[in-house]
Order: sequence, then C-alpha cells, then structure tokens
Amino acid sequence: MPSAQTSRARRAIFLIAWLALFLCSLLSLLLAPLQPAWAQDLQAIPALTARVIDTTGTLDSVQLQALETRLAAFEKSQGAQIVVLMVPTTKPEDLTAYAQRVGDKWKIGRKDVGDGLLLVVAKNDRQVRIATAKTLEGAVPDLAARQIIEQAITPHFKQGDFAGGLVAGADRIMARISGENLPLPPAESQRGGQRGKSGFQWTDMAVFLFLVVPIGARLLSGFLGRKVGAIATGGAVGVLAWIFTSSLLIAGGVAFVAILVALFAGLASLGGIGRSGGFSGGSGSGGWGGGGGGGFSSGGGGNFGGGGASGNW
Amino acid sequence: MKSRFASLMILAVIGALSTLLSGCGYNNFQRLDEQTKSAWSEVLNQYQRRADLVPNIVATVKGEAAFEQDTLTKVVEARAKATSIQVTPETLNDPAAFSKFQAAQGELSSALSRLLVVTENYPNLRANQGFQDLRVQLEGTENRITVARNRYIQTVQEYNVLARSFPNNLTAMMFGYKPKANFSVQNETQISTPPSVNFDKK
Repeated sequence: MPSAQTSRARRAIFLIAWLALFLCSLLSLLLAPLQPAWAQDLQAIPALTARVIDTTGTLDSVQLQALETRLAAFEKSQGAQIVVLMVPTTKPEDLTAYAQRVGDKWKIGRKDVGDGLLLVVAKNDRQVRIATAKTLEGAVPDLAARQIIEQAITPHFKQGDFAGGLVAGADRIMARISGENLPLPPAESQRGGQRGKSGFQWTDMAVFLFLVVPIGARLLSGFLGRKVGAIATGGAVGVLAWIFTSSLLIAGGVAFVAILVALFAGLASLGGIGRSGGFSGGSGSGGWGGGGGGGFSSGGGGNFGGGGASGNW
Repeated sequence: MKSRFASLMILAVIGALSTLLSGCGYNNFQRLDEQTKSAWSEVLNQYQRRADLVPNIVATVKGEAAFEQDTLTKVVEARAKATSIQVTPETLNDPAAFSKFQAAQGELSSALSRLLVVTENYPNLRANQGFQDLRVQLEGTENRITVARNRYIQTVQEYNVLARSFPNNLTAMMFGYKPKANFSVQNETQISTPPSVNFDKK
C-alpha cells in the first residue's frame, strides 16, 4: 500500500535523477569539443590540389603537366572530372576500400551531373583501380574498366612506363565517356556558372521576401493591427526561413528584417523595397564562400557506389 | 477586439506547435526515416543485381564437364532461398525478418565465394573469357553491395542516435518511431578465432 509519504519520497528521487541527467547532459555539451579525434591507422587521403596527384614521385613535372592538361581540356569540353591518384601503398586497407574512401571524400564530378572518375594506382602494391561515380557506371561499366586496365594500363606498367600507362588508360576512359550522352558544360567557365547558381537561390529568397512579405504584412496588419501584424509577419517569415535554410541564425536575421519591412510597408511600400536591395546584397556575400581561387576543385557531385574494377601487374 | 485576440492566439498556437515539433526532431525523424528507406532500397537493388548474375555464372560453370556438383547445387539453392524471401519496407522495423533476410544473403555470399575458389582448379574456366567477364561483374556487384550496406549502416546509426537521444526520444515515443535493425556479422565466433594453418604434407 503506497502511503503518501513514500510516493512523495519517490517523486523527489525521480526529480533528483532527472536533475542529475540534465546536469550531466549540460556537462557533456561543454566537454564535447575536448574529445580527442579517433586514432587513425588508415592511409591518409591527400588534399585534392590537382587532377594528377603523385605522392610517390614517380612522374616528373613534364609528365604530370602533360596529363593534367589533357584531363583539364577534357573537362572543359565534356564536363566530366577525371582525377589520377598515385600512392605508394594503401595498406592496411584494400585498394577498393581506399579508392572508395577517396571518392567519398573528394566527390569529384559536376554538382548536378555527378560525372567523376578516379584512377588510383598503388605503386608498391602493384595494383591499379578505376572507380566510377554512379553517373559514369553506364559509360564505363566494370567490364570496360577491367579491359582498360588489362589492355591499356598494365602492359605499360609492367615495363615501368607509368606515365605511358596512365595516358593510354586516360585516353581510353575519355573515349568511352565522350560516347555517353552527358550534358555538356556551358561555354563560359564552369565555376562562374556554379557561383551564379548559388546566388540564384538568394535572389529567389529576396524576391519572395520583398514581394510576398509586404503584401502579407498589409493583410495581417489589417487583420491584427500594425504592430502585432508586423511581429506576426516577422515570426512567420522567420519560421519559413528556418525551414528552408535550417539555420537559426539566418532565420533570426530574416525575421528581424521582415518585421522592419512589415512596419515600414504599412507607411510606405517604396521604403520597404528600397531596404530590400541592401539586405539581399549583404546576405549574398555572407553566404557560401565557394571554392578557393584558381586551380582545380571538385564539383562535389560525384557519388561513388563501388563501381569500377581493379587489376594488378 | 475579442476576435483579434482569438486569431492572435490561434496564430501563436500554430507557431508554437510547429516550433516545438521541429525542435523535438520531428522533421529530422521524417528526413532520416526516408533516408534509411532509400539506403535500404539501394541495398536491395544491389542484392537483386547479384541474384540476376548468378544464373549466368551457374550456366557457364555447368559447361565445364565434371565440375563439383555439390558446390554448384549449393549456389543454386542459396540463390533460390535468398530470392524467395519477401522484403517489404516493414522488414526494416522487424528484427526477426531482417536477420532472416541477412542470413539468406550471407549464405549466398559464402556459396558464391566457395564457387569462385573451386573454379581456380579448372584451367578451362580460367581461360574462358566469358567466365572471367562474369567474375569481374560479380566482383563489382559485391563491391556495390558493400558500399550500399555501409551507407545503410551509417544512416541507421544516425537515425537510431536521434531516436534514442534525449528530447527526441519523447517524440519517437509519441509517434512510434523505434530504433531500426542494422547489419551485423553472421559468424562472429568463426571470424574471431584465428584460422588454423597446416603445412603438413598429406
């Protein structure tokens, strides 16, 4: 029979337990950044600085440059990104697993097409692998990749001619991808196009904010009164912005601006629109930084699903 | 005045509800639930690809006279068993059905690898271009299965962490989101004991 006293005691214990849990979670939040990173025994993945990366020092600068130019010209005309990576070894990992990790990290291939291809050579393991992103699994199926390795690449590698093997392999790969009906890159440089696209979403949002918000604000202020209506509009816009950008910071800023706009839209609609120019400019520059200037950077669209083939010599 | 207050209250309640729900991870549950489903479809897709490849391999190997019938039959049986299991999205939330499916696919994996080992003893098969091509395709498919499984494991992990960590577990309880089943190793004891290697001449 539970008396009032024991039930009260139980409730107190329950409360204390919850409090302890809460404190503990707070503590873990504070300590989270101090956790050490996982110890890694796996081979490091080099930074993606060029289309041809050789950490073994096998290729000389002329050969590197020649292959690089070839791949760059191909990317310019066809759009697909091909990267050659040469490492001494992938131990303790299997070459396939290593190539998969590289593909997952670099994600080469155009953002909206995802056409990337990796050619990984583990020199001391005497192994080579072609890894295709999902978009290119049709252009370079596993069998074709195997044939390219067996017929074009390894015969050269057996004679110690690494540059020759890579060029021959890259040529065969490029021939296959050219036969595929992929969207061609626009005439101007790709990076400009991408930047224009990321800015487009912002202008989209600005148009929404400064056309829809004043109208909604008018309706709501007619309904609720000017001040309350402005706050309600701001809240609604803030929630919308939160949903779209999933960033509380942006949502807060947007809500604040919307309240201002809604307040002034009641007085003069022109004033609100004038304000809009300043806002969209500021957020555009504060948004995504984009890639670093110059050089080669991954399109970030390649999804490597394990396609491709390996071979050894 | 009164109607204005009422409408304001309604607006506030709607706002508070949507904020609370998304604050407690409701939207994340939707996103991750959908993500695990699509990751799972990819796993099924790749398993299907393998199942479609097996008859070709079997047909090619059968052409080899005096091939070990036992190995071949095992592959055929394992494939039949693996493809006979009905998989629905509900399989994900049913640990028993999930482990049954996993066991059947695991059986097919081991039967296939056994078959590939045995074929090494048949010089004709090794020289057969058609068989070598099938082998490359099978290898690629196995790689794809590995990747698909890894991605599924990662999404399920993300989902389960969400479903079991604090304020979200209340949302999970309210809407009935249970932690999902994940892949595990079938033969844990077998692979944790080192293989015995014997070089004695028979």
